[in-house]
Amino acid sequence: MKATVLVRPKDGILDPQGQAVEDSLRKLGFSVGHARVGRLVELEVDAASEDEARAELDRMCRRLLANPLIESYEIELGRSSS
Amino acid sequence: MSASRPTVAVLVFPGSNDDRDAAWALSALGADPILVWHGEQELPRRTRAVVLPGGFSYGDYLRAGAIARFAPAVEAVRSFADEGGVVLGICNGFQVLCEAGLLPGALLPNASLSFVCRDVRLVVERSDTPFTSRCCAGDPITIPVKHGEGRFHYPVELLPELEERGQILLRYAPGDNPNGSTADVAAVISERGNVMGLMPHPEHAVDPLLGSGDGALILASVVDAARDRSLAPA
Repeated sequence: MKATVLVRPKDGILDPQGQAVEDSLRKLGFSVGHARVGRLVELEVDAASEDEARAELDRMCRRLLANPLIESYEIELGRSSS
Repeated sequence: MSASRPTVAVLVFPGSNDDRDAAWALSALGADPILVWHGEQELPRRTRAVVLPGGFSYGDYLRAGAIARFAPAVEAVRSFADEGGVVLGICNGFQVLCEAGLLPGALLPNASLSFVCRDVRLVVERSDTPFTSRCCAGDPITIPVKHGEGRFHYPVELLPELEERGQILLRYAPGDNPNGSTADVAAVISERGNVMGLMPHPEHAVDPLLGSGDGALILASVVDAARDRSLAPA
Protein backbone atom coordinates (compact mmCIF):
# COMPACT_ATOMS: atom_id res chain seq x y z
CA MET A 1 0.00 0.00 0.00
CA LYS A 2 1.38 3.39 -0.98
CA ALA A 3 1.72 5.94 1.76
CA THR A 4 3.00 9.46 2.26
CA VAL A 5 4.25 10.84 5.53
CA LEU A 6 4.49 14.60 5.98
CA VAL A 7 6.76 15.81 8.76
CA ARG A 8 6.58 19.46 9.76
CA PRO A 9 8.37 21.68 12.26
CA LYS A 10 5.94 22.20 15.14
CA ASP A 11 4.25 25.55 15.62
CA GLY A 12 6.45 27.88 17.57
CA ILE A 13 9.68 26.23 16.41
CA LEU A 14 11.89 28.70 14.58
CA ASP A 15 12.19 27.50 11.00
CA PRO A 16 15.01 29.48 9.36
CA GLN A 17 14.69 27.42 6.18
CA GLY A 18 11.04 28.42 5.86
CA GLN A 19 12.00 32.04 6.49
CA ALA A 20 14.68 31.93 3.80
CA VAL A 21 12.17 30.48 1.32
CA GLU A 22 9.61 33.12 2.26
CA ASP A 23 12.16 35.93 1.86
CA SER A 24 13.14 34.63 -1.57
CA LEU A 25 9.52 34.37 -2.71
CA ARG A 26 8.89 37.93 -1.56
CA LYS A 27 11.94 39.15 -3.43
CA LEU A 28 10.44 37.51 -6.54
CA GLY A 29 7.30 39.59 -6.04
CA PHE A 30 5.04 36.93 -4.51
CA SER A 31 2.84 37.98 -1.65
CA VAL A 32 3.36 35.19 0.87
CA GLY A 33 3.70 34.66 4.59
CA HIS A 34 4.33 31.96 7.21
CA ALA A 35 6.32 29.64 4.94
CA ARG A 36 7.39 26.44 6.69
CA VAL A 37 9.62 23.77 5.20
CA GLY A 38 9.12 20.18 6.25
CA ARG A 39 9.90 16.74 4.89
CA LEU A 40 7.96 14.28 2.76
CA VAL A 41 8.56 10.54 2.92
CA GLU A 42 6.94 8.29 0.33
CA LEU A 43 6.93 4.58 0.97
CA GLU A 44 5.12 1.32 0.44
CA VAL A 45 3.77 -0.48 3.47
CA ASP A 46 3.06 -4.16 3.66
CA ALA A 47 -0.32 -4.24 5.37
CA ALA A 48 -3.63 -6.11 5.03
CA SER A 49 -5.86 -3.11 5.67
CA GLU A 50 -5.77 0.67 5.83
CA ASP A 51 -6.14 0.56 9.60
CA GLU A 52 -3.19 -1.77 9.92
CA ALA A 53 -1.09 0.38 7.57
CA ARG A 54 -1.98 3.51 9.49
CA ALA A 55 -1.06 1.92 12.82
CA GLU A 56 2.24 0.69 11.39
CA LEU A 57 3.05 4.13 9.93
CA ASP A 58 2.22 5.74 13.24
CA ARG A 59 4.78 3.50 14.94
CA MET A 60 7.36 4.39 12.27
CA CYS A 61 6.76 8.10 12.85
CA ARG A 62 7.09 7.83 16.59
CA ARG A 63 10.20 5.68 16.45
CA LEU A 64 12.16 7.28 13.63
CA LEU A 65 10.52 9.52 11.05
CA ALA A 66 9.62 12.39 13.39
CA ASN A 67 11.01 13.76 16.62
CA PRO A 68 7.90 14.54 18.68
CA LEU A 69 9.67 17.31 20.56
CA ILE A 70 10.15 19.42 17.45
CA GLU A 71 8.03 17.90 14.68
CA SER A 72 4.45 16.94 13.96
CA TYR A 73 3.47 14.39 11.34
CA GLU A 74 0.59 13.50 9.11
CA ILE A 75 -0.06 10.19 7.37
CA GLU A 76 -1.75 9.90 3.98
CA LEU A 77 -2.63 6.57 2.44
CA GLY A 78 -2.84 5.67 -1.22
CA ARG A 79 -1.74 9.02 -2.49
CA SER A 80 1.57 8.75 -4.22
CA SER A 81 2.84 11.11 -6.89
CA SER A 82 3.74 8.29 -9.26
CA MET B 1 47.25 -0.58 35.69
CA SER B 2 43.73 0.35 34.66
CA ALA B 3 43.43 2.41 37.84
CA SER B 4 46.13 4.79 36.69
CA ARG B 5 45.01 4.93 33.04
CA PRO B 6 41.27 4.23 33.03
CA THR B 7 39.76 2.84 29.85
CA VAL B 8 37.50 5.29 28.04
CA ALA B 9 35.48 3.87 25.14
CA VAL B 10 35.17 6.18 22.12
CA LEU B 11 32.36 5.11 19.81
CA VAL B 12 32.97 5.10 16.06
CA PHE B 13 30.03 5.40 13.65
CA PRO B 14 30.25 5.44 9.88
CA GLY B 15 30.75 9.19 9.40
CA SER B 16 32.39 9.94 12.74
CA ASN B 17 35.37 12.21 12.17
CA ASP B 18 36.51 13.37 15.60
CA ASP B 19 36.89 9.92 17.12
CA ARG B 20 40.67 9.86 16.78
CA ASP B 21 41.04 13.46 18.00
CA ALA B 22 38.99 12.54 21.07
CA ALA B 23 41.11 9.42 21.63
CA TRP B 24 44.31 11.42 21.23
CA ALA B 25 43.17 14.08 23.71
CA LEU B 26 41.97 11.49 26.25
CA SER B 27 45.29 9.69 25.98
CA ALA B 28 47.22 12.93 26.47
CA LEU B 29 45.13 13.54 29.60
CA GLY B 30 45.92 10.18 31.17
CA ALA B 31 43.24 7.81 29.89
CA ASP B 32 43.53 4.63 27.91
CA PRO B 33 41.10 5.26 25.02
CA ILE B 34 39.68 2.41 23.03
CA LEU B 35 37.75 2.82 19.78
CA VAL B 36 34.47 0.86 19.72
CA TRP B 37 32.73 0.20 16.40
CA HIS B 38 29.02 1.07 16.29
CA GLY B 39 28.04 -2.53 15.51
CA GLU B 40 29.41 -3.86 18.79
CA GLN B 41 26.72 -5.26 21.09
CA GLU B 42 28.74 -4.62 24.23
CA LEU B 43 31.34 -2.20 25.52
CA PRO B 44 34.70 -3.66 26.57
CA ARG B 45 34.37 -4.91 30.15
CA ARG B 46 37.06 -2.56 31.45
CA THR B 47 35.20 0.53 30.16
CA ARG B 48 35.05 3.24 32.83
CA ALA B 49 33.62 6.10 30.74
CA VAL B 50 32.25 6.57 27.23
CA VAL B 51 32.68 9.36 24.69
CA LEU B 52 30.42 9.76 21.63
CA PRO B 53 32.49 11.85 19.22
CA GLY B 54 31.69 14.49 16.65
CA GLY B 55 31.06 13.86 12.99
CA PHE B 56 28.13 13.00 10.77
CA SER B 57 27.00 9.55 11.86
CA TYR B 58 25.18 7.67 9.08
CA GLY B 59 25.41 10.86 7.03
CA ASP B 60 23.09 12.56 9.54
CA TYR B 61 20.25 11.60 7.19
CA LEU B 62 16.71 12.41 8.35
CA ARG B 63 17.90 14.32 11.44
CA ALA B 64 21.35 14.52 12.99
CA GLY B 65 21.80 11.50 15.24
CA ALA B 66 18.37 10.03 14.39
CA ILE B 67 19.70 6.83 12.83
CA ALA B 68 22.83 6.41 14.97
CA ARG B 69 20.69 6.16 18.09
CA PHE B 70 19.60 2.67 16.98
CA ALA B 71 23.17 1.36 16.67
CA PRO B 72 23.86 -1.68 18.88
CA ALA B 73 26.74 0.16 20.58
CA VAL B 74 24.36 2.97 21.58
CA GLU B 75 22.12 0.40 23.26
CA ALA B 76 25.21 -0.77 25.16
CA VAL B 77 25.87 2.86 26.13
CA ARG B 78 22.29 3.14 27.37
CA SER B 79 22.84 0.16 29.70
CA PHE B 80 26.16 1.65 30.82
CA ALA B 81 24.43 4.97 31.60
CA ASP B 82 21.57 3.19 33.39
CA GLU B 83 24.18 1.75 35.73
CA GLY B 84 25.50 5.23 36.46
CA GLY B 85 28.40 5.18 33.99
CA VAL B 86 29.80 8.50 32.82
CA VAL B 87 28.89 9.28 29.18
CA LEU B 88 29.99 12.36 27.26
CA GLY B 89 28.54 13.31 23.87
CA ILE B 90 30.41 15.88 21.81
CA CYS B 91 28.60 17.68 18.94
CA ASN B 92 27.20 14.78 16.86
CA GLY B 93 27.49 12.67 20.02
CA PHE B 94 25.26 15.22 21.79
CA GLN B 95 22.74 14.96 18.93
CA VAL B 96 22.75 11.16 19.20
CA LEU B 97 22.18 11.27 22.99
CA CYS B 98 19.24 13.66 22.56
CA GLU B 99 17.68 11.49 19.85
CA ALA B 100 18.21 8.45 22.08
CA GLY B 101 16.36 10.17 24.90
CA LEU B 102 19.39 10.00 27.20
CA LEU B 103 19.47 13.80 27.29
CA PRO B 104 16.65 16.34 27.18
CA GLY B 105 15.97 18.53 24.16
CA ALA B 106 16.78 18.45 20.47
CA LEU B 107 19.34 20.08 18.20
CA LEU B 108 18.07 21.97 15.17
CA PRO B 109 19.74 23.68 12.21
CA ASN B 110 21.52 26.88 13.24
CA ALA B 111 19.28 29.93 13.17
CA SER B 112 21.66 31.52 10.66
CA LEU B 113 21.48 28.41 8.43
CA SER B 114 25.27 28.74 8.21
CA PHE B 115 27.83 26.23 9.37
CA VAL B 116 29.77 27.90 12.20
CA CYS B 117 33.41 27.12 12.90
CA ARG B 118 35.03 29.36 15.47
CA ASP B 119 36.04 29.74 19.09
CA VAL B 120 33.19 30.53 21.47
CA ARG B 121 33.29 31.80 25.00
CA LEU B 122 31.34 29.69 27.49
CA VAL B 123 30.29 30.06 31.09
CA VAL B 124 30.44 27.05 33.40
CA GLU B 125 27.20 26.84 35.40
CA ARG B 126 28.18 24.04 37.81
CA SER B 127 31.43 22.45 38.89
CA ASP B 128 29.92 19.64 40.98
CA THR B 129 29.60 17.17 38.09
CA PRO B 130 31.90 14.48 36.65
CA PHE B 131 32.33 16.69 33.57
CA THR B 132 33.26 19.98 35.20
CA SER B 133 35.03 19.02 38.43
CA ARG B 134 38.19 20.75 37.20
CA CYS B 135 36.29 23.97 36.45
CA CYS B 136 35.00 26.68 38.75
CA ALA B 137 31.33 27.67 38.47
CA GLY B 138 31.05 31.04 36.79
CA ASP B 139 34.38 30.68 35.04
CA PRO B 140 34.61 31.73 31.40
CA ILE B 141 36.25 29.17 29.14
CA THR B 142 36.95 29.18 25.40
CA ILE B 143 36.35 26.12 23.23
CA PRO B 144 35.70 25.96 19.45
CA VAL B 145 32.42 24.94 17.83
CA LYS B 146 31.99 23.57 14.31
CA HIS B 147 28.46 22.60 13.41
CA GLY B 148 25.48 23.26 11.20
CA GLU B 149 22.85 21.83 13.54
CA GLY B 150 23.61 23.03 17.02
CA ARG B 151 20.58 25.07 18.00
CA PHE B 152 19.49 23.53 21.28
CA HIS B 153 15.73 23.47 21.56
CA TYR B 154 13.70 22.84 24.66
CA PRO B 155 10.06 23.83 25.22
CA VAL B 156 10.11 27.32 26.73
CA GLU B 157 7.41 26.47 29.28
CA LEU B 158 9.52 23.61 30.66
CA LEU B 159 12.81 25.48 30.64
CA PRO B 160 12.57 26.76 34.25
CA GLU B 161 12.32 23.15 35.48
CA LEU B 162 15.43 22.21 33.49
CA GLU B 163 17.26 25.13 35.08
CA GLU B 164 16.00 24.32 38.58
CA ARG B 165 17.23 20.75 38.27
CA GLY B 166 20.66 22.13 37.37
CA GLN B 167 20.67 20.40 34.00
CA ILE B 168 22.16 23.33 32.10
CA LEU B 169 25.88 22.86 32.45
CA LEU B 170 27.42 25.30 29.98
CA ARG B 171 26.05 28.43 28.36
CA TYR B 172 27.41 30.52 25.55
CA ALA B 173 28.70 33.78 27.04
CA PRO B 174 26.37 36.75 26.53
CA GLY B 175 26.53 37.82 22.89
CA ASP B 176 28.46 34.72 21.81
CA ASN B 177 25.60 32.31 21.01
CA PRO B 178 26.66 30.89 17.61
CA ASN B 179 23.47 29.05 16.66
CA GLY B 180 20.40 30.56 18.29
CA SER B 181 20.16 27.99 21.11
CA THR B 182 17.35 28.44 23.63
CA ALA B 183 18.62 30.35 26.69
CA ASP B 184 22.20 30.23 25.31
CA VAL B 185 22.43 26.54 26.26
CA ALA B 186 25.68 24.93 25.07
CA ALA B 187 25.63 21.79 27.22
CA VAL B 188 23.09 19.83 29.24
CA ILE B 189 23.38 17.01 31.74
CA SER B 190 20.99 14.18 32.53
CA GLU B 191 18.78 14.38 35.59
CA ARG B 192 20.95 11.78 37.30
CA GLY B 193 24.04 13.77 36.38
CA ASN B 194 26.09 11.08 34.63
CA VAL B 195 25.36 11.87 30.97
CA MET B 196 26.43 15.13 29.34
CA GLY B 197 26.22 16.55 25.85
CA LEU B 198 27.87 19.68 24.50
CA MET B 199 28.14 21.27 21.06
CA PRO B 200 31.67 22.75 21.51
CA HIS B 201 34.64 20.46 20.92
CA PRO B 202 36.83 20.11 24.03
CA GLU B 203 39.06 17.62 22.20
CA HIS B 204 40.14 20.43 19.87
CA ALA B 205 41.21 22.63 22.77
CA VAL B 206 43.57 20.65 24.94
CA ASP B 207 46.73 22.61 24.22
CA PRO B 208 47.29 26.38 24.18
CA LEU B 209 49.25 25.78 20.97
CA LEU B 210 45.88 25.01 19.32
CA GLY B 211 44.35 28.27 20.53
CA SER B 212 43.01 27.15 23.90
CA GLY B 213 43.66 24.53 26.52
CA ASP B 214 40.25 24.95 28.15
CA GLY B 215 38.79 21.79 26.63
CA ALA B 216 41.20 19.82 28.79
CA LEU B 217 39.25 20.98 31.85
CA ILE B 218 36.21 19.05 30.62
CA LEU B 219 38.03 15.95 29.35
CA ALA B 220 40.37 15.71 32.35
CA SER B 221 37.30 15.89 34.61
CA VAL B 222 35.90 12.89 32.71
CA VAL B 223 39.22 11.04 33.05
CA ASP B 224 39.18 11.79 36.81
CA ALA B 225 35.65 10.39 37.04
CA ALA B 226 36.67 7.31 35.06
CA ARG B 227 39.63 6.76 37.37
CA ASP B 228 37.39 7.09 40.45
CA ARG B 229 35.09 4.48 38.95
CA SER B 230 38.04 2.16 38.46
CA LEU B 231 38.87 2.45 42.14
CA ALA B 232 35.31 2.05 43.31
CA PRO B 233 34.27 -1.47 44.34
CA ALA B 234 32.42 -3.22 41.54
